[in-house]
Amino acid sequence: MKRVWSWAALVVGGLYFLLPLIGTIEFSLRMRRGEYSLDAYRSVLSDPNFRATFSYSVAMALLTILLGVLIVVPTAYWVRLRLPRLRPVIEFITLLPLVIPAIVVVFGYIRLYNTSSVLPLTGTASGTNLLLLCGYATLALPYMYRAVDTGLSTLDVRSLTEAAQSLGAGWVRIIGRLILPNVLGAVMSGAFLSFAIVIGEFTMAALLNRPAFGPYMQLLGANRAYEPAALAVIAFAVTWGCMGVMQLISRLFGTRIQPT
Amino acid sequence: MRQIGWNWLGVLPFFAFALLFLVLPTMNIVIGAFQNPQGEFTLANLAGLASPRIVSSFAISIKISLASALLGCLIGFAMAAAVVMGGVPRWIKGPLMTFSGVASNFAGVPLAFAFIATLGRVGLVTILLRQWFGINIYAMGFNLLSFWGLTLTYLFFQIPLMILIITPALEGLRREWREAAEVLGASTGQYWRMVALPILFPSLLGTFALLFANSFGAVATAYALTGSSLSIVPIMLFAQIRGDVLQDPHLGYAMAFGMIVVTGLANLAYVVMRTRAERWMR
Repeated sequence: MKRVWSWAALVVGGLYFLLPLIGTIEFSLRMRRGEYSLDAYRSVLSDPNFRATFSYSVAMALLTILLGVLIVVPTAYWVRLRLPRLRPVIEFITLLPLVIPAIVVVFGYIRLYNTSSVLPLTGTASGTNLLLLCGYATLALPYMYRAVDTGLSTLDVRSLTEAAQSLGAGWVRIIGRLILPNVLGAVMSGAFLSFAIVIGEFTMAALLNRPAFGPYMQLLGANRAYEPAALAVIAFAVTWGCMGVMQLISRLFGTRIQPT
Repeated sequence: MRQIGWNWLGVLPFFAFALLFLVLPTMNIVIGAFQNPQGEFTLANLAGLASPRIVSSFAISIKISLASALLGCLIGFAMAAAVVMGGVPRWIKGPLMTFSGVASNFAGVPLAFAFIATLGRVGLVTILLRQWFGINIYAMGFNLLSFWGLTLTYLFFQIPLMILIITPALEGLRREWREAAEVLGASTGQYWRMVALPILFPSLLGTFALLFANSFGAVATAYALTGSSLSIVPIMLFAQIRGDVLQDPHLGYAMAFGMIVVTGLANLAYVVMRTRAERWMR
């Protein structure tokens, strides 16, 4: 009896998750009347706007990861080494992006960094790019921090640092050549999660008017029939790829990001 | 003393970043919610939230979030329980957890596309239901761009999140507790009602709050799915930021403040419940 119910729950749930995936794939192949074809994919991939926005978002995602690592790794290391009492405070701050909706944060950016403010970042394209980058880094902060902090917890930070210092290493060298390689697995899993989040992000990019992949997808969805389905399949493949690699890494390195 | 000064310097970049790009922008909105255009303190903006349009947008947002959180909890719990203790083959758990990790992050614009392709007017399921069973769901009043459509779509990331969080809690239920209950003559129903559910209750309630916040703040999926036809809070705020549709910027700040209050309370409930749940999970 119990087994019947279990299977029923899994089958119903499984259908709910499988049908949209099958439906999307089927729809994306329907562009040519009467037969299945890859026309929708051809149309999407040959669209110069697709390439421009996709590479913009990939570049943004990579920069977000870089910025995230630069902020998170030294901080998490330093807090563990010297300021353990500050840990709850830092942890609280890193969780804030999960509490404050992204749309509110970006609303604040627009108000705080407008052209008549002290720091008029939204006045220029490069300034807005920087603002968007920082926005993405905030979005990634909870995941990045948690991953790195979990990674650090497996190390004896104090002994490693003392050993490096007694051999004459400076702080930059300790963090870059000793701590970072040791938490690389954790950093990588945080990085792939950040990548998956940033690549399709819509709200911040749309409100800051940046030519990112998310707003492009939305625009295409409002104007075309079959291409959006093809885009959804591509986006799902990217997400799946990122998360797959992440799980593989966490299995290889033995670190794991706990879900919120 | 010098040592303390140096120590603080190490976390300075982090605090500067958090202040500039997280705390100050949010504070700015919160303060704006309590100011009139001349910059004087006022509660008029918050009172302005009582306008029928904004009240109804909060009402429908909260309704959608409640429905998708509740259904997400129920279905997610059923699936997690099936895998952990339902007697299905063990190998199912790995793929289910992996898939949940992916699907809980598959939100936003593509998710809306997937559901349009599936349950839209010419979507696969819509057509198959009509051709195979003669059921025309649109003639029956179903619409993807509605309360139920949005709820159904949100479940795609709500259920996996529930599975990810509740599976460890279910695995934390010790076999001894069940055996002790059985020795004392408890039936399966009694075990669940009097032992397992009370232990799991904080986890369930906490996850419910988290799922609620999760769907309350979701913008992209709703926007790509409905455009601006369904005025839930994030959509209205989006339109307000783009083009001041409320014709009062400070009312917009008040609305954003209202959003922070709702998601803040939900997250607070999650944290409190989680602390309680951990009491049993040692």
